[in-house]
Amino acid sequence: MTMGLMLASLAILFSGGIAAAFANGPGKAASRIGAASCVAGAVLAVIAAGTVLWSGNDSSIRMAWQVPFASFYIAIDPLSAFFIITISLVCALAAIYGTAYLDAWRGKKSLGAAWCFFNLLFASMLLVVVSRNGILFLVAWEAMSLSSFFLVMFEHEKPEVREAGWVYLIAAHVGQACLMFLFVLLGGQNASLDFDKFALPMGGAAAGTMFILAVAGFGAKAGFLPLHVWLPDAHPAAPSHVSAVMSGVMIKMGIYGLIRIVSLLGMPPQWWGWTLLVIGAVSGVMGVLFALAQHDIKRLLAYHSVENIGIITIGLGLWLLGVSINNPAVAALGLMGGLLHVLNHAIFKSLLFFGAGAVAHAAGTRDMDLLGGLMKRMPHTALAFGIGAAAICGLPPLNGFVSEFLIYIGAFGLVARADALASPMAGGLIALTALGLIGGLAAACFAKVFGIVFLGEPRSGASARAHEAPKPMIFAMTFLAALCIILGLAGPLAVKLITPAAVQLLGDGKVQEISAMACAILLKISIAGGALIIISGLFWGLRRLLLSGRVNAAGPTWDCGYSAPTSRMQYTASSFAWPVINMFRWVVRPRLHVGMRKGLFPHYAELSSHTDDIFRQGLFAPIFRSISRMAQRVHVLQEGRNQLYVLYIAITILVLLLVKVR
Amino acid sequence: MNIIASIIHVLLALILSPLLVGIINRTKAKFAGRKGQPLLQAYYDLIKLLKKGSVYSTTSTWVFRLGPVAALSAVIISIMIIPSGGIGGMLAFPGDFILMAYILGMARFVTVIAAMDTGSAFEGMGASREVQFAIIAEVVLLLGLAVLAAGTREISLSGIYSGLWDNSASPLGPAAFLVFFAFLIVLLAENARIPVDDPNTHLELTMIHEVMVLDHGGVDLAFIQYGASLKLWLFSALLVGIAMPLRTGDPLTDMAVNVIGIFAVAVLVGIIESGMARLRLLHVPQMLIVALSVTVAALLWTLR
Repeated sequence: MTMGLMLASLAILFSGGIAAAFANGPGKAASRIGAASCVAGAVLAVIAAGTVLWSGNDSSIRMAWQVPFASFYIAIDPLSAFFIITISLVCALAAIYGTAYLDAWRGKKSLGAAWCFFNLLFASMLLVVVSRNGILFLVAWEAMSLSSFFLVMFEHEKPEVREAGWVYLIAAHVGQACLMFLFVLLGGQNASLDFDKFALPMGGAAAGTMFILAVAGFGAKAGFLPLHVWLPDAHPAAPSHVSAVMSGVMIKMGIYGLIRIVSLLGMPPQWWGWTLLVIGAVSGVMGVLFALAQHDIKRLLAYHSVENIGIITIGLGLWLLGVSINNPAVAALGLMGGLLHVLNHAIFKSLLFFGAGAVAHAAGTRDMDLLGGLMKRMPHTALAFGIGAAAICGLPPLNGFVSEFLIYIGAFGLVARADALASPMAGGLIALTALGLIGGLAAACFAKVFGIVFLGEPRSGASARAHEAPKPMIFAMTFLAALCIILGLAGPLAVKLITPAAVQLLGDGKVQEISAMACAILLKISIAGGALIIISGLFWGLRRLLLSGRVNAAGPTWDCGYSAPTSRMQYTASSFAWPVINMFRWVVRPRLHVGMRKGLFPHYAELSSHTDDIFRQGLFAPIFRSISRMAQRVHVLQEGRNQLYVLYIAITILVLLLVKVR
Repeated sequence: MNIIASIIHVLLALILSPLLVGIINRTKAKFAGRKGQPLLQAYYDLIKLLKKGSVYSTTSTWVFRLGPVAALSAVIISIMIIPSGGIGGMLAFPGDFILMAYILGMARFVTVIAAMDTGSAFEGMGASREVQFAIIAEVVLLLGLAVLAAGTREISLSGIYSGLWDNSASPLGPAAFLVFFAFLIVLLAENARIPVDDPNTHLELTMIHEVMVLDHGGVDLAFIQYGASLKLWLFSALLVGIAMPLRTGDPLTDMAVNVIGIFAVAVLVGIIESGMARLRLLHVPQMLIVALSVTVAALLWTLR
């Protein structure tokens, strides 16, 4: 029954995609078919996942498949169910948003193809989290990479989009190669690559190799530093509802894969936890630092995905560290915090990408220094974006705080242990320091985004003429903003949602106890959040009461007496972020261009700042340059001359003959 | 009895916190050989402001009006979390100081975006500096609390502070004093006191916090100033809890001792302000890095 629903969901998504591809006229048919099948597929998948979570019984189906080592073996356990819910939520809302967002390209581009790939992306992500066979998993993974690649290439007439697409394609396949090696090793001598037939790896070295392959392969998708280089290009290039899906859920498939594979590798040694902890801390801090230096709002959000993947990975690091030193509380809190942050980040990051898309749609630019004053022009978008911005900074009483809090107390649990060992304690301290830095930097970054884009006066004509987004887009954003508040105030419920997955992975009765303790604590946080809202309401009422009947004037911004402030006198995004960037210039390496005419009365001056991705410029560019040089050398062998190829064939046959004769 | 004491502490903070501003100003006046303003001046100011009407910039939106309200509410929630010496906070739970740090972060966030809502370069500048300094200050606060947590093996603020001087000797020894010093710097930075910012010069000379609230007036400004004095109370209470070894066991006596300690911190701030000039803005991060280094030293001592 459950698996029937799941298969029905996949079938609807698949056939909806195909149907949309054929409904490729100038009308709205493709959008309607695509979005309707996404919503229907999402509902069915959520029911299937909900049944598994509710009943506590895993569900699976295994069919033969005429491919060596393969079988069509899919299953839903609590971990899969949790990810199914996350994927379905974001994809369904993105589909609704997309119907309005893609309207601008109606008649100019093949929307049918775009919807077909969108549905395939949705279906392949579902298949990734339910598949229990190595080959099936790799096929689903590749389908996910390819369908998202075609979606990124939607505006392929722009050179920067093509560039982003190629970088993404290469990164995805470097990851895929690692995963293939991983599954070959996991399969070992088995005749089948079904997950339940994998034997525990023999010896620490084998397990360690597999762990490293998993970190590299899944990390390329998740965006672990320095494998994140494709994100800041691909997310801005894709249409906004696709960026939301890619950033909100697709990169989490890397997290899912890592959790799934690590759970198959047996008892983790301490260094696994350390590896994830350090990767998480570095990705988190560097991600937010680079985000702060960006001018393009979608590029900035892409770097924030690296940051949030970092936070999730810190949680996973605490999980493994906790397991290896036999501290169930730290393990459970780290894992639950990490998992919950997967859901929370999916919610607010897709909300923010929706908002950024609405802004780009309305004002025609993604450059923050050309925006401003949108709060008055698009009030609904602004409110939803503001809630998302506060949530991603982890500010209470919103949902980001709940998951970060769980990771925090996990880390403090390591620090304040009764039998404190120096090394796990240092791990806790790394997590704390990283989370604290990330918190402060993220607040700085989103104060900048929200303040510059939505507040103040418009910095360009396009921004002044901006209009509110269409209704489907508003609906998707409002829905997610409401979820940010609800999950923020109902922390215990959110923990109940992920407890089954934690029990499945940690597999002992202690988890229930720790989860109950976490719920009790989060209840206090909910009370504090509720009290915050009530007290704010009281003060707001008091303010209204005091001000009623008094002189309430309006005028220009006073600002110590500017007589005629213009919008060009406002602080810009770049100037707002500069002190922080300057403080961290030893890692971020911003470049400044100052142009000033010489002479007595210089009437012209300019200043611009750029921040390149140091990993792309400093690490990958040289590697790929040398690969390309090597390819050039081999190039003489294949120059497009048919005669030469015939010669190769002749030589090959001759060699084979000689070998055989001898 | 303890819960009543906790509630009394919250009420005392709500009532007495503006007095801290008066004490600081009186101390500074004494050092300068002036008579100084009345001790209750801050209360008079608040009452005067609450009686005023409003002028709002046409650039601003509801964000500008919500900022002071939300920030004040956030500080009040934080006051409910902090312990008063050995007496637990009203809202104590494991990990409560994380909520405190983040809810103060929320107050800062709304203040900053309210400042940016005016669309002025000057207030943008203040906002930018506020978030810059907060990055380091927040890490110092969290790491300092981690030192205390590691020393007392507690993960709630109330647990930490009652554990600190449980057996008349702190389990932390010198580390506690290093944390005290670091928190003192955080107090000066977070409350916009000299040497970080000069709260007396309300116009062009002030650089951070007062710049952000330039365009606020009347009731909003009253909320902001009241919130600022509560925040000063909060950080003073955190400092006093580390430094004051007196625990009689009788909640009310402890409370009285603690409140006297908080006033002593105000005197200390006044003395610091009298003896120093404001630092150049570029040097403020360096001062915060000193606090960070001191905290790391304390950590190393705990890890040994």
